[in-house]
Amino acid sequence: MSTALKKEVGQALSQRDSDEARRWFGEKQSLNEISESIGSIVLQPRQPKSWIFGAAIAFALLMLFITSVCWLFYRDVGVWGINIPVAWGFAIVNFVWWIGIGHAGTFISAILLLMHQKWRTSINRLTEAMTLFAVACAGTFPLLHLGRPEVFYWLFPYPDTMGLWPQFRSPLVWDVFAVSTYFTVSLLFWYAGLIPDLAILRDRATAKWKQKIYGVFALGWRGSARHWQNHQSAYLLLAGLATPLVLSVHSVVSFDFSVAMVPGWHSTIFPPYFVAGAIFSGFAMVLNIVIPIRKLYHMENFITERHLDNMAKVMLATGMMVTYGYVMEAFMAWYSGDIFEKAMMFERAFGAYGWIFWALVLLNIVVPQALWSKRIRRNAFLLFFVALSVNVGMWVERFVIVITSLHRDFTPSAAGMYFPTIWDWATLAGSVGLFLTLLLLFLRFLPLIAMSETGKQMNEIK
Amino acid sequence: MNADSSSRNFWRDLEELAAPNKFRARIRDEFLPGTSQPARFDRRNFLKVMGASLALAGLPACTRQPTGKIIPYVKQPENLVPGRPEFFATAMTLSGFATGLLVESHEGHPTKIEGNPAQPVSLGATNIFHQAALLDLYDAGRSQAVLNLNEPSTWNQFVAALTAALESAAEKSCRLRILTGSVSSPTLYHQIASLLKEYPQARWHQFDGACRDNVLAGALLAFGEPIETHYRFDQAKVVVSLDSDFLHTHPNSICYTRDFTGWRRASVAGLERNRLYVIESSPSITGSNADHRLPVKASEVADFAAALAGQIDGADVTIPGQERWLSAVKADLLENRGRSIVVAGENQPPIVHALAHQINHRLGNIGHTISFTSSALVNPVNQIASFKELCDALDDHEVDVLLILGGNPAFDAPPDFEFQQKITKAGFRAHLSSSVNETSRLCEWHIPENHFLESWSDARTFDGTVSIIQPLIIPMYDGKTVHEVLDAVANAPGRTDYEIVRAYWNNQDVPDLFEARWQRALRDGLIEGPTLPAKAVQLRPLDIPPIKAESKGLEITFRPDPNFSPGVSPYNEWLRELPQPVTKVVWDNPALVSPVLAKENSLVNGDLITLSVGDRRLRLPVWVTPGQPERSIALHLGNGSIRNASADAKSGFDVNPLRSSTDLWAAENVHLKKSGENYPLVTTQTLHAIDSEERQIFREGTFAEFQTDADFVQKNSSSPTETLFQPEEFKYDGYRWGMTIDLSACIGCNACILACQSENNIPVVGKTEVARGRYMHWIRVDTYFRGPPDNPEMNHQPVPCMHCENAPCELVCPVGATVHDKEGLNLQVYNRCIGTRYCSNNCPYKVRRFNFFQYADYGGASLKPMWNPNVTVRGRGVMEKCTYCVQRISAARINSEEGNRKITDGELKTACQQVCPAQAIVFGDLSDPQSQVSKLKAHSLNYSMLGELNTRPRTTYLAKLRNPNPDLSAT
Repeated sequence: MSTALKKEVGQALSQRDSDEARRWFGEKQSLNEISESIGSIVLQPRQPKSWIFGAAIAFALLMLFITSVCWLFYRDVGVWGINIPVAWGFAIVNFVWWIGIGHAGTFISAILLLMHQKWRTSINRLTEAMTLFAVACAGTFPLLHLGRPEVFYWLFPYPDTMGLWPQFRSPLVWDVFAVSTYFTVSLLFWYAGLIPDLAILRDRATAKWKQKIYGVFALGWRGSARHWQNHQSAYLLLAGLATPLVLSVHSVVSFDFSVAMVPGWHSTIFPPYFVAGAIFSGFAMVLNIVIPIRKLYHMENFITERHLDNMAKVMLATGMMVTYGYVMEAFMAWYSGDIFEKAMMFERAFGAYGWIFWALVLLNIVVPQALWSKRIRRNAFLLFFVALSVNVGMWVERFVIVITSLHRDFTPSAAGMYFPTIWDWATLAGSVGLFLTLLLLFLRFLPLIAMSETGKQMNEIK
Repeated sequence: MNADSSSRNFWRDLEELAAPNKFRARIRDEFLPGTSQPARFDRRNFLKVMGASLALAGLPACTRQPTGKIIPYVKQPENLVPGRPEFFATAMTLSGFATGLLVESHEGHPTKIEGNPAQPVSLGATNIFHQAALLDLYDAGRSQAVLNLNEPSTWNQFVAALTAALESAAEKSCRLRILTGSVSSPTLYHQIASLLKEYPQARWHQFDGACRDNVLAGALLAFGEPIETHYRFDQAKVVVSLDSDFLHTHPNSICYTRDFTGWRRASVAGLERNRLYVIESSPSITGSNADHRLPVKASEVADFAAALAGQIDGADVTIPGQERWLSAVKADLLENRGRSIVVAGENQPPIVHALAHQINHRLGNIGHTISFTSSALVNPVNQIASFKELCDALDDHEVDVLLILGGNPAFDAPPDFEFQQKITKAGFRAHLSSSVNETSRLCEWHIPENHFLESWSDARTFDGTVSIIQPLIIPMYDGKTVHEVLDAVANAPGRTDYEIVRAYWNNQDVPDLFEARWQRALRDGLIEGPTLPAKAVQLRPLDIPPIKAESKGLEITFRPDPNFSPGVSPYNEWLRELPQPVTKVVWDNPALVSPVLAKENSLVNGDLITLSVGDRRLRLPVWVTPGQPERSIALHLGNGSIRNASADAKSGFDVNPLRSSTDLWAAENVHLKKSGENYPLVTTQTLHAIDSEERQIFREGTFAEFQTDADFVQKNSSSPTETLFQPEEFKYDGYRWGMTIDLSACIGCNACILACQSENNIPVVGKTEVARGRYMHWIRVDTYFRGPPDNPEMNHQPVPCMHCENAPCELVCPVGATVHDKEGLNLQVYNRCIGTRYCSNNCPYKVRRFNFFQYADYGGASLKPMWNPNVTVRGRGVMEKCTYCVQRISAARINSEEGNRKITDGELKTACQQVCPAQAIVFGDLSDPQSQVSKLKAHSLNYSMLGELNTRPRTTYLAKLRNPNPDLSAT
């Protein structure tokens, strides 16, 4: 290849990158400017009023969480509305809901990275953090819901003096592995991505102790080419590790239900349907977080309407998959001719909890249809409410799966009802408090947008 | 101090500046003089202190041991091996009639009540009341001390006061009145009789809440003497019940249940079947077992009886709308002359009993299926008359001393006796009672009554067999028995109940032989001797009352609560939490209304209504009950009594205010008014339409169907026959335990629930927890209705753990806390359970129970000695369920291994099996083809509940066979 041709190709490529980058950002900023606008959020001594206001609410909810957990440990799980036959209640609903929310983060960071979707750069940091915090919230529930939480570690395979092991045929044991692996990989992935930015913060910080702390976590990053090379391969490898987890974690969670023989649980469609639902609710949560943050921290330059549009499209697509799942469940109940499945489906739609099922249809199927409209997809205000609808809807979906399937299964004489108590609600609201507290602390102490990567991409703009 | 030095040296403290040396010393000696200073630490001291610290640090790690002294026996009782239970024969009375019991005792604590197999009336079975009586013994709320005007007092003070009252009148002219319930105790009769002789002015009255006046009055009407009727249900092919709940409320119900169900057990299927017609005014256990059931108002039962009697005599009488029924019943009875029984209910007026006697006489049943004897009660009287006499005497100030021995007449008596007002006119009032109840609060003196497991006494069974009641434990509190109180009246206090009872029997016997016979009576639980001799009777001509015109008015029927008996404390929590046989309501006694009446008044379950009869009013919630007669409302007696001056929460509604002494069992001209408010009623089973036909959970057929095709149950079965897996993966080489439950035999009496509760330390959780769906019974009795709601078929199905071969619970437990053992039991390892509750979700039968709270503490510390020491008391947060009484299996295994043999069939019984009066539950070794359970499993009626799920349950059912009359069923 002649030098001229090489140059031409190079120019064309860089033009392409430039065009690509220009589509995703507002005005071009230098890395220095980016570091200034994003890093200053963290390094400035005072936080905006909105942050303090949000933190007050989140902290109050966190206290509610701690209170309800203390009460739970003091009295045991009877403080909740669970019973026989509905032995699983809000705790499991919340667990599945939070785990699902976590999925969008990994999806955005890992799968979009592997697919060279560069628009992810603006939101990946925030969504990865969201993943971690959601998984942290999710992880508490399987422990809280135990009758004897003090012996939760019996779920782990550890060398026990009695020679006892977990019972590996139980999906709950698989859950332990799936969730702990997921949390570990997500944490590593998030941290690996943070290292260059921590170095930027270290360099920009003026206070000694800030320099020290950020310096320790920056692991001596100097931004040399060699560092970048190692970092990029490690990051890619972690992305490769995280990608199957997006599919596996929620598949395993769905096994909790599909392995059991309860009508309404025992269904082969559950793994893909749960994964789609997870990404659906995850993107909804990303939107619910990103839209206010973007506004409050004036990040419109980095997180543009096009980002919102893209996320809305993913929601629309996964929402349709979830809808397909609902339809297939009903269809299979009829097509299989299984009397228990048929009775369950009828009970689900027209029984005591029928109104919840129809609320689910409204929130998860009807409302997201608004996303066919580009105007709504690009309207942050409306999109926020559609996302909120999906978040609530996906919680309701898990309620429908867990509770309505259990409340009447095989033996009609053992039918029952589940009514949540005040402690059920307190634990749910409290877990939101835990999530928000972690998120606000993240906003306070770490850059919410990957500065170095954004800078790299902006730099491509000519 | 000079300016120079101060300018050169910095100082830190004014003290330092003032006195630098002293300050330095203080800095050096950190601790002020007088405080203890740490010792100089050399190597030796260091090691000493470290060693002591380590030793001390180890101490708090030890589990805190309960404080209390462990004292060895100074003299080891003979045959007492700690850990091995002992059994003592005794007896318990219900409404005066005894049932022989065999009570299990662990180190001096009675822990389980069983029937005495040597007793001819029970043959080892009991009912719910006998089971629940154990809880009364340990009930912390029972009366514990003698009370004088509600202040604690002593027995001696009572005796002094009593003696003074008796002697206040001139020589033995004290107007003494004694009020007891029904009495069958020969010793007690002897005591009362000698008292009546000693005090010529003394009178004896009898009254207990559920009196059987109508039975004796009916006999008086028919035969001229108040005699007792004995039925031979094992001989009767056709049984017609005229509002009689002979399977539950009759004093001989245990025997009758066994005899009646003897026709129905699967082992005899295909031979012959009995047929039961029930005409009743509220769904009862007997009614739920009917082949044909006719709900009518209580006041119309007499018409039916009259019409039936007339038709059998050939007269042309009938009742509009019931022609088919009458002719079918008549034809069936006439076809089975000498092999049928017509039995009238205790709440029916004497004429119905007399008519039943007449029909039985005409059919030639007397002498075959029916015999007559004098009553086993020592002095059967008309209790209403007797009580009225007492009330009149009280009203006329003719009572100097009133002794109420047991019972709660101030609560039980209909208000128009005005007993509560009149009792205060007695000079000296004392009440012997196990609880401080309404009557106690009206008496000056209250004496705690010993529980029968703490007392010596005697009593007779319905057939007249005498049993000695012997105690298993010394009285826990300062209680007395009725014998001791009467001895105090006879001015001979000091004799114990043991001495009194023994002395009486000593006088009855040849002195030389007495000791041996007494010991044998105590061991066997009964005194050998003739039962009551049969009496020849002469039927008197009856005036058959004319058939009344059908009345559209609303009536109330009062019935004894199915979970209440005068022999058991009304505060017994096992009984309060036991689901009612048909409604499954717990902790309350709603008014039972028919679906039609509910619709007319737009009532739903729990709606509060006001019932008024004349000027008497009562507000209580309703329960819409299938099978309740359209214009009849059933109220259950016995609830709502308040103990210890409202210290306990009241449970249920007192319906006595609506009763009158003229008609104890019914009230006419009732007005119902809906109040618009709702009361939370709790049930363990919600009623809703189910596709039970498809689900085949409860399988049934007719006797005729079975005769033409014995395999009809199997043909409908959809259990998978082919599998990819190895079905006999595990080779059982020892015992293989299994159970069958015969749905034809099961009458739904709930005895199994309480037997299991008692055997397996199952706690009571209270109304709010049951409302949340957290009751703990390991075995439940499901009731399935079929047909129109105004008169459906009722089917009972006891559901314990199925012990599935492919147990869905075992697969999903993350810690392996529920596992299969090598004898096929599905075990629950409480220690390993972490409480994920996944096993319960995956159990298609929903037989698992979870300790949502620390339920084991709910009953209080006084219940701890009641617990079966061989069964773990479950802590909070763990799952539990039926174990097939694994502790009994272990005990039997140890026993048999000592003899180097296998456990023989029938040697080992689960608690539910042992108590079952219908012998519907059979448990045993499936590896032995000759065992009863193996034979039943091979029976063509055997099926697995939800077998199509391929769980392969160890507990299987024998399908129910009905025997409908073709003339009546072809509708």
